[in-house]
Formats: sequence, structure tokens, C-alpha cells
Amino acid sequence: MNTNANRAFPWKHVTGFVLSIALTLLALWMVQAHVMGFTALISVTLLFAALQILVQLFLFMHITDSPGPRYHVIALALGLLFTFTIVAGSIWIMTFGGNQAY
Amino acid sequence: MAIGHDAVLSEDDETTPLEYRHENDVLRIYGFWLFIATDLVLFGTLFATYVVLRANTAGGPSESQLFEVPIFTAETLILLTSSFTCGLATFQMHRKKHGWLSFWLVVTVLLGATFIGLELSEFITYATHGATMQRSAFLSAFFTLVGTHGIHVSMGILWMLSILYQLWRTGLNSTTARKVFVVGLYWHFLDVVWVFIFTVVYLTGVAH
Amino acid sequence: MPGYDRHHPTPFFVSGDPMIYASDVLIALTLVGVVFVLTYFRRWRWLWEEWITTVDHKKIGIMYLLAALAMMFRGGVDSELMRTQLAFPNNHFLGAEHYDQIFTTHGTIMILFMAMPLIFAMMNIAVPLQIGARDVAFPYLNAISFWLFFFGAMLFNLSFVIGGSPDAGWVSYPPLTETPFDPGPGENFYLLALQISGIGSIATGINFLVTILKMRAPGMTLMRMPLFPWSVLSASVLIIFAFPALTIALALLLLDRLAGAHFFTMLQGGNPMMYVNLFWVWGHPEVYIVVLPAFGIFSEVFATFSRKRVFGYTSMVASLMTIAVISYFVWAHHFFTMGAGPGVNSFFAIASMCVGIPTGVKVFNWLFTMFKGRIRTSLPMLWAIGFIPNFAIGGATGIMLAAAPGDYQYHNSYFLIAHFHQVLIGGVVYGMLAGMYYWWPKMFGFILDERIGRWAFWLFNIGFYVCFMPQYQLGFMGMTRRVYIYPADMGWSTLNLISTVGAYLMGIAFVLIVVEILYSAVWGVRDTTGDPWDGRTLEWSLPSPAPHYNFAHVPVVTERDAWWGQKEARKKGEIQKETRPFQPIHMPRNSGRPFIMSLCFFIGGFGLVFEWYPLALVGLVGILTSLLMRSVERDTDYYIPVEEIQHIESNLGRA
Repeated sequence: MNTNANRAFPWKHVTGFVLSIALTLLALWMVQAHVMGFTALISVTLLFAALQILVQLFLFMHITDSPGPRYHVIALALGLLFTFTIVAGSIWIMTFGGNQAY
Repeated sequence: MAIGHDAVLSEDDETTPLEYRHENDVLRIYGFWLFIATDLVLFGTLFATYVVLRANTAGGPSESQLFEVPIFTAETLILLTSSFTCGLATFQMHRKKHGWLSFWLVVTVLLGATFIGLELSEFITYATHGATMQRSAFLSAFFTLVGTHGIHVSMGILWMLSILYQLWRTGLNSTTARKVFVVGLYWHFLDVVWVFIFTVVYLTGVAH
Repeated sequence: MPGYDRHHPTPFFVSGDPMIYASDVLIALTLVGVVFVLTYFRRWRWLWEEWITTVDHKKIGIMYLLAALAMMFRGGVDSELMRTQLAFPNNHFLGAEHYDQIFTTHGTIMILFMAMPLIFAMMNIAVPLQIGARDVAFPYLNAISFWLFFFGAMLFNLSFVIGGSPDAGWVSYPPLTETPFDPGPGENFYLLALQISGIGSIATGINFLVTILKMRAPGMTLMRMPLFPWSVLSASVLIIFAFPALTIALALLLLDRLAGAHFFTMLQGGNPMMYVNLFWVWGHPEVYIVVLPAFGIFSEVFATFSRKRVFGYTSMVASLMTIAVISYFVWAHHFFTMGAGPGVNSFFAIASMCVGIPTGVKVFNWLFTMFKGRIRTSLPMLWAIGFIPNFAIGGATGIMLAAAPGDYQYHNSYFLIAHFHQVLIGGVVYGMLAGMYYWWPKMFGFILDERIGRWAFWLFNIGFYVCFMPQYQLGFMGMTRRVYIYPADMGWSTLNLISTVGAYLMGIAFVLIVVEILYSAVWGVRDTTGDPWDGRTLEWSLPSPAPHYNFAHVPVVTERDAWWGQKEARKKGEIQKETRPFQPIHMPRNSGRPFIMSLCFFIGGFGLVFEWYPLALVGLVGILTSLLMRSVERDTDYYIPVEEIQHIESNLGRA
């Protein structure tokens, strides 16, 4: 369940830390250097942010630890779905179906 | 499947993490995951509001006029580091190293406090330039989204201090272990939220 | 003119209307009466130790039920006042502003302080018993939820006598609710009361999700679980994901009002429609939060009183979960008329209509459950049967409203009013009353009187149709929602008068139910078996009322309808008596802190309502102190010794 526990060096955590710093700085550099157009830039940085969720969940938050069924993973997945729905739905509705520029 | 709150699942089983050995603690950790799912939607709603209102500056300062790359980058790096040190605290908790656990918690608290200090000075700077919450819908949404995260972090700091006190008073047992684990979940979650604030608010703000 | 004048500073105590003075006197008399009775019968300690500090889910359920019935009375009086005002053209029974306040408090109370606690009552009373658990996952948190609801409701009702009631509709749309158009504390009461009780609701959602997922008796797999816990599971999923949107909508509007922010103002880039959007992100799932548990109750009642297994169990479970998820994708149908464009409106119209499919599956399953069953029309079944045609009409008019182009015609007309009363009363109130009659013996140990109950049912059911059928037509005839007065030549007079008569019939039915409860408490049939309805699920295996630890032995479940199966096996002589020895039972300790902490929420909320920030700070400090004290508390639970269990069980004739 928790293979990391008895090791003397926290490899998982260090990997996670390095990854999160790298993803952050990479995103920042891409924006600063304007390596692509605005929409593409935002999409890629959002993708990086999504990867950071995975880093935190799997390397820091021990999401796979659980005695019994992992209902909390389902709950979290539903939470992400509904969060996405609220954000995307609100933008879609409040821009009048995308007809109003933002 | 549980029988009752008192069920001891595996008292001395070294393969089970300390925080999962009593049914009571398992329930609480599970409940906290659900709280995180709820809080996720709460922040989602604030993000939705921010994205809908961010262009509505009403002639006031806009994102690119306000945000300063060094400041928000520093905030981000500090919070990411604190998430790492908080993870180390849980790691040491699993190894039953009481001293190291407390050490990393203290480091996390200090990093969190630094983050809050930076954020406050950022807010004050904006306010002295007339960019207050009352200025425009964009600024209302900005201060509320980032401020709600800041309040969460501040609550986390108070919470960690309380847990440090309890660790000092009762030592490391399944109850304090569960508390350390849960406050860790909270802290990592806030880190994730911040990564999205960094991306959606700050990076998007300076990308134009 | 009652209440406050919009252009003058608000008086602290609401003044000016004889009706309000009369209510003030009544409230004061009631309070004095309560204090007198408690003192005279020396019941203060009993009140504190047995009820206020309790963490027992059964007692918390009873408190929710009583509070909900009290709120049903308040909301019901509001509705009778409204119907009286509308009974005749050019009527001046109420002042215009008073009318505004009353439709606002009616809607808010009925949804948030009546329907919500009523479902929480049923959840608390039945779920742990049905899944074979000794309490909910977090009993202390459960008490906090109740007291947050209670003090939220108190804060809301306080506006009636202090400061003035909110008056911008139960949806509280800006910009009308922004300070320039609605100064005074009324809207603040609304925002803070909902916020406080909303926190409690989220905690309840988390609590019941964990309870149902993690605390089922051994052998009770999810697919062996009764349908009521399933419905609570789906409603809890909706609670934890929908309520945060309300929390934010209310908080942002409060920031607009108290801190001068510009989320929803007409100035500085604010966008009022964003509030509408966020409100319904919560508001539509909310409808399903209250109706899904009613569906669960109907499933239990139809099966029990048809003496059959529920028809199509798997499809029932699937439809519950499908409704829960789809209901999150339909919210914009509440504001089609904003004109978000054909893309948006088509999407939300189609999604809304899709909800009809799983709901239809459920209705057919209930009908098939009754088919060839040995039906008894006891009171719970009566309300369940009454629900079916009611909900069929409500569902059909819902589909009409879901058609976006049609909605442009019906929007905010009396057609809409009739529709949502048809589904909310026909679905939720009928369901909760069925549940109340069904589980009443389990709560109190006696059965509610059948004869008075039948009178109440028929009066209510007939009154319901008399009240709301004319409103569909009034909607088509152009009568709009929240209209206060209408001229005689509109042709609305007769239908309005008929509708008012129906409302009075329903009011009489409510009074009869109260009479029935009081009558039955004294003369009602006692339930000595614990299984008055020949039930199918585990709660009926216990004595009525159940001992505070629920199950002396945790049941082992081998099939669906666990108790029915045990009874069948016993008839065949396959099951021997319980031979397991008693074990000490682990129980949570009572605590006064949930009450005190919620009181601090009330104090802080009251401070914010009047923008008395020092008082708000006092409340906040109280809340934080309570949280901290709980965090360092060690002595939170205890064991009931075997001898005590032995004693209780033998007194109950069970050991």
C-alpha cells in the first residue's frame, strides 16, 4: 500500500517537487517568450497545470492509499467533472454562446 | 466494510500506514477527501466568476498593468516548496520520525507565512495604486478568488500550529498521524488551486 | 405601509402594520409559554442533556422534523396570506411591500427551511437503521449541521420582527438586491441565513456519503442496499457538488452589499446575470436534492405496502444516479429568456428533457411494483399513490417548460408557479409525508391515527388540485408571477378565487395533521412489535423506538430486503435465535459545542446583517475557539458496558 514508507530517501517527493518546479518555470518561460499564439499558449499552460494536479495527487497526496474501495477517487473525478462544467458552462452561457468576445 | 467507529483494522501491521489503522481515522480521511471535492467546486465557481468578469475593468487597471512577474513567480515557488516540505512531513510521519515530522511542519508553516506576507504586500501595493475591490468587477473577482485562497492558506497555518501543539503534547499516534495526513491533503490541494491561479489569473494576465 | 421605507433609515424593530404587531405579541407569548412550561415541569436539564447536546441521529432526525413542521406552518401562513390577497381583484388585504416580503419568505422558507430539513429528518431517522449502522459516520458533525440549520432558520425568521424581511423573491436576483435598490438589512438576513444553513447542508452531504459508503452492515453490498439509502447517496452527491455554487453566489452578493464590490452591479463592469447563472448552478440540482430522497421513500413504501420486492431494482439505482448527474447539466433552463442564443438554449433544453427519461423509468417501476401486489392503502401508501398522477402532470408541464421557445411564453407566469408547486408539493411534500407516516412509529413508538389521516390526505389532495390547476390556466391568460393586484376586467377573478379555496383546503389539511399527531400521541395505537407495516428493511427488525445504540448485534446481511428475508427464513424455521454474546458498544459522547458554535454563527451573522463588525468578530472568534477546542479534545467517546445492553434489551423483550 505504501511502498515509500520505509525508504530513507523520499524519492517520490523529490521527483514531484522537481516536476512541479519544472512545469511552472516552463509555463512561465513560454508565456514570457510568447512562443506561440495566445489561445495555444493558454491551452498549453492549462495542460501543464492539469499535469501538476496529477503530480500532487499521486506523488504527494497518496491518492491510491485506501483500505477498501477507492470511492474517494470517484468523488474527486466527479468533482473535477462538475468543476469543469461550471467553468466551461458559465463561460459559454455568459458569452451568449460564444458570440460575445472576451 | 465497516462495523463501527472503534474497529481496529490493523494495530501493529507495519504495512498499513499509521493513519489508516483505526476505522475512525479511515472515515475521517475519507470525509476529508469529500470535503476537498466540495472545496474544488467552490474554487471552480470562483474561477468561473473571474473568467467571466476579468475583461470588465471599467476603465480601471487591467491584469497586465497590475501583475508583476517576479512577485507572482516568487509566491508560486514558495508555495510549491511548502507543498514539498509538507509532503516530507508526511513521509517522516510514516517513518515515525517525530522530530523530523515536526521540523518539516514548522518549515511548511514558515513558508506558508512568507507566502501570505508576499500576497498581502501585493494586495496593498495594488490598493495604493487605486486598484481596490471596489474599483471594477475584474478587481472584485480577482481579490475574491486570490483572497479566498489566501484565507484557506491562513487557516491551514493555524491548523498546522494546532497539530504541532498536539504532536508535542501527545506524541505520534494514530490520531495525530491522521491529523498530519489530513492537513497535508489540505495543503497539497491548496497548492493545486494556486497552480491554477498562477495559470488562469497571472500567466493569462501577462500573456496578452 | 409595513416594514421599512426604502428612502429612510430602517427602524430596528419592524413597525407600522397591525398584523406584524399581532405576530410580535404571539411570538412573545409563545416564548413566555415555552419558558414557563420548561421551568414549571423542571425540564431545562432534560432539554439540554437529552436534546440540545445529543449526537444521536434519531433524535437529530426528530428535531429536524419538528423544526420543518414549524417552518411549514410559517411558510404555509405566508401562502394563505398571499392567496387571500389574490382572491379578489383590486384587493388591498396586504400592502404591496408586505406582499413582496411574504412571497419572498414563503419561497425561501419552503425550499431551504422546510424541504431541506424534512429530507434531513428522513435521512437521519432511516438511513443508519436501514444500513445496519449504529450512527452516522460523524455524529458530532451531524449535530453541528442541525444546529447550523436551526440558527440559520432563526436568523431568517428574526427578520420578521427585527430589521425587516427580505423582499426580492426567494431567488434574490440583483441588481434589485444591490444596496442602492434594496437598502436595509432584509436582504442581508437572507444572504447570511442561507449561508449558515448551507454550511450545515454541505456537512450533512459529506456525512451521509461517508456513512452510506463506509458503514453498511457486513454483507450489505451496495446492490443489496435498500433504495432509500441509494436515493440519499445520490442526493448527497448533489449536495456536496451543488451547494458550493450557492455559497459563492451568496458570498459575492454579500460582498457587493457590504464591501462595495462590483460582481453583480450595473456599474463598474458588474454583471447581474452572473448571479443568476451561479444561483441556478445550485438551484437546479437543489430541486433534485429534495426530490430524490422522496423517490427513495416512495420505493420503500410501494414495496412494503404491495408486499412485493420493488420492481426493477437495478434500473431504479441506475436512474437515481443518472438523474443526479444529468441534473447538473440543465441549469440554464431557468433563464432561457436571457437569450444566450440557440446553441446554449438547445443544449440545456435537450439536457432538461433527458431528465424525464430516468424519471419515467422510476414511475413505471413503481406502477409495476404495485401490479399484482397485495396492496394495503395505509396512510404512507395513500400519499405515495396520490403522488403518481400529481408527478405525472408536473413532469409533463416540466417538459413543456423545458422546450426553450415555449418557455419564452410561460416564463415567470402562473403556469410556471403551478408547475413547480406540482412537482415540489406533489413530489417532495407527498414523499416526506409518506415517509413521516411510515417511520413515525419507529421514531415515537405509536402509529398516527388512520381516520384523521385519511381526512387530511383527501382534503390536501383535493385542495391541491383545486389550488393549482386554475393557475396553469391563469398562466396562459397572462397572469405573471409575483403580481400583487389585478383589475377586475382581466377575466382572472373566478380562477383566482377557486385557487384560493384550494389553498384554504390544504391549510385545513395541515391543521388536521397537527391534530392527528396530538390525538395519536395520547390515543394512538402503540407499536409493540417494532414492525407495524410488515416491513422489508432492517429498521423494522428493531424495537420502536430503537435503543440509542440501534443494533445490539450488528446484523449480517445476505440479500436485498434483509429483514423480509429473515422473516421468511424464520417462518420456515431456518433461522435460530441470536446466539452471539453482547459486546461493549462504542458510542460518541454528547456535546454542547455544536449548539454553542452554531450560536456563534448566529451572533456573527446577526452582526454582519447590521454591519456591526465588532459583534461579527465576536461570533468569528467564538467559532474558531470552538473548532480549536474540538481539535484538542480527547474524550470524545465511550463504551456501553455489556450489562447495560443486556438490561436495555431485556426491558425491550429482546434478550
